Amino acid sequence: MAETKVIMPQMGESIFEGTLTKWLKKKGDRVQRDEPLFEISTDKVDSEIPSPASGVLQDVLVTEGQTVQINTVVAVIGDESAASGPSETAAPSPPQKAETTVEPARTREGREPDVRSSPLVRRIAREHGVTLVALSGKGTGIGGRITKRDILSHIEQGGTGAKTGIIAPPAPIPPARPAAPPAQPSLQPLQPLQPLQPAASTGEGERVPMTAIRKSIAEHMVHSRRTSAHVTTFFEVDCSRILKAREQSRPEFERAGVKLTVTPYFVQAAASALKRFPMLNSSLDGDTIVYKRAINIGIAVNIEGGLIVPVLKNAGGKSLLEMARAINDLGDRARNKKLAPDDVKDGTFTITNPGQYGGLTGTPIINQPQVAIMSLGGIKKRAVVIDDAIAIRSMIILSLSFDHRVIDGAMADQFMADIQKQLEIWQA
Amino acid sequence: MALTTYVEAIRQGIWEEMEKDERVFVLGEDVGIYGGAFKVTAGMLERFGEWRIIDTPISESAIVGAAIGAALMGMRPIAEMQFADFISCAFDQITNFAAKSRYRWGAGVPIVVRAPSGGGVHGGPFHSQNPEMYYVHTPGLKVVCPSTAYDAKGLIKAAIRDPDPVIYFEHKFLYRRIKEELPADDFVVPIGKAAIRRHGTDISVITYGAMVYTALDAARQLEKEGIDLEVLDLRSLLPFDREAVLDTVKKTNKVILLHEDTRIGGFAGELASVISEEAFEYLDGPIRRITAPDTPVPYSPPLEEFFLPKVSDVIRVARELYAY
Repeated sequence: MAETKVIMPQMGESIFEGTLTKWLKKKGDRVQRDEPLFEISTDKVDSEIPSPASGVLQDVLVTEGQTVQINTVVAVIGDESAASGPSETAAPSPPQKAETTVEPARTREGREPDVRSSPLVRRIAREHGVTLVALSGKGTGIGGRITKRDILSHIEQGGTGAKTGIIAPPAPIPPARPAAPPAQPSLQPLQPLQPLQPAASTGEGERVPMTAIRKSIAEHMVHSRRTSAHVTTFFEVDCSRILKAREQSRPEFERAGVKLTVTPYFVQAAASALKRFPMLNSSLDGDTIVYKRAINIGIAVNIEGGLIVPVLKNAGGKSLLEMARAINDLGDRARNKKLAPDDVKDGTFTITNPGQYGGLTGTPIINQPQVAIMSLGGIKKRAVVIDDAIAIRSMIILSLSFDHRVIDGAMADQFMADIQKQLEIWQA
Repeated sequence: MALTTYVEAIRQGIWEEMEKDERVFVLGEDVGIYGGAFKVTAGMLERFGEWRIIDTPISESAIVGAAIGAALMGMRPIAEMQFADFISCAFDQITNFAAKSRYRWGAGVPIVVRAPSGGGVHGGPFHSQNPEMYYVHTPGLKVVCPSTAYDAKGLIKAAIRDPDPVIYFEHKFLYRRIKEELPADDFVVPIGKAAIRRHGTDISVITYGAMVYTALDAARQLEKEGIDLEVLDLRSLLPFDREAVLDTVKKTNKVILLHEDTRIGGFAGELASVISEEAFEYLDGPIRRITAPDTPVPYSPPLEEFFLPKVSDVIRVARELYAY
């Protein structure tokens, strides 16, 4: 019988292990491909993992609560019918058991009902674990065919077959959490880490172990400080044009169901500048500078108990509407713990936005292995001098922490000047 | 710098190679005193003399046969067919002798057969054909179809220097319509390499020869509707740039195969097979062909216009495929 090994997936580039928090199927249960199989919790993401294949859950190798390294085999799915649909992992095997051959009607079981698509769409669906049935009736091609654009926008909006629950909707499950006592959330990842003092009678309060995500942030921050030669530069930018543009575009975006904040303007300006300054979109591998082809911008989001950086993929090619929609969606899913592993991977540049709480500016720590991070201060009306007259303008201070090992001040400032110029002459 | 026409680019390429390499010579009907039916060899008789610019009887078989013999004796002949339509008279020489000589005896036959081809010039059924596929179907040959003046010059030079027989299809419709500035330096265009003439994201049009311009015109009009065509000019058909074909299909996921040649057995059929064999899972729509219908090239101008693939055909098929 052909077998498919189920592995602990990698949930982010710095993640090496994960905790299996709950099995959604028991040994011996039938599962369909893409059906939720188990839940995991890692330093970064809590997530449901869909089954990579259809068949019978033959072996469960990891128990609930156990933490294992990524790529560890956690279960084995037996392919119940060798004659069923194609599976990359299923090797053809001779029919051995009567039960697999007496029910030819089963050969189509586990396959999706006919939904018109294309070879490309089916491949994208397979690679992203999306069930095409979830898009049934939503195709915009001729005769309702699901097109490339349809499936890509579905994926961008976070849809997968498993999450939309079209096949075998799973019972509602409380969000999986690392088994730890509720910690007082700390929203200050840059706060220096105080070594814990032994308990004493000197008025020390409660001692609380760090949560997995807290520990991960702590390690990551210290690692970054040790790795990169951090330098921060500051640029003051007049936001009048983008605020006006936003007022103009807001109704139109609302009609499209997208709330328009100022963030997409900064992300778009950064994406555009990164095309002209590929060094800012690189990483360092030993003595080699690796220029990244894609511009994938991570956007720091505050979540309960910490901070997560979902990544806006291919930011270079997106319209403002697409960008706003994608950023909102990533933020929502980050807060609702619905991020998929891919959502936090492959970032090439990061933007953080402490200004939303009124901060003037910041000196952020680089998100390794990237080489730069931009911070948005708060937008505030200030008196500024323009042509020897004092004017009231909405100003922001942008800061850029960059890795002086690869980027010199001149380049960092040219990059920031590029962003400044784009924002100050923005055309709606 | 002056603009060079497609036909002048061919002339320059031959001229420069003849200056550089005394083994190179030209033979064909009226190539000497008359300067060739399309003036590709104008002035060459005066410069290179009658031993290197040879007027021949009206016999394509004799022209190619003599060229093969000379090539086997160490020369680099360029045989001119007055019209590609008459290359069929030399079919046996090309397909059975030139193409197979290296395989049979290890003796390369470095000849170039120039074949002025293509319609749109009201030449009728014997002066308008695109007979490239007879030769694409013959292992041992190379087949090129330049579409720009740069490629016309770069490919004729590459063909002359190539150690094996190259059939060089030059499109008559482009002779004096296409002009561009050419570099002064010596350059060649490698045989077997395609060129992207327009980068796009929605649909790839894979084509060659005069149809490159049909595709580009259609792309300019479709741009206004938000349909973004990528245009790949194959430049060489044998060997063809498989990698460039697959890359563009993987990029846009929809493909139109466009050629002036007739439909059955046309190059589009081969491309469609390769794409479905090697890039099936990248296709977001059917592979579409736009070709001439399976008839002789009509003499009547309105019928010829109907026969040749047009900008409006590309626009129609692209719209259908975009919506698919």
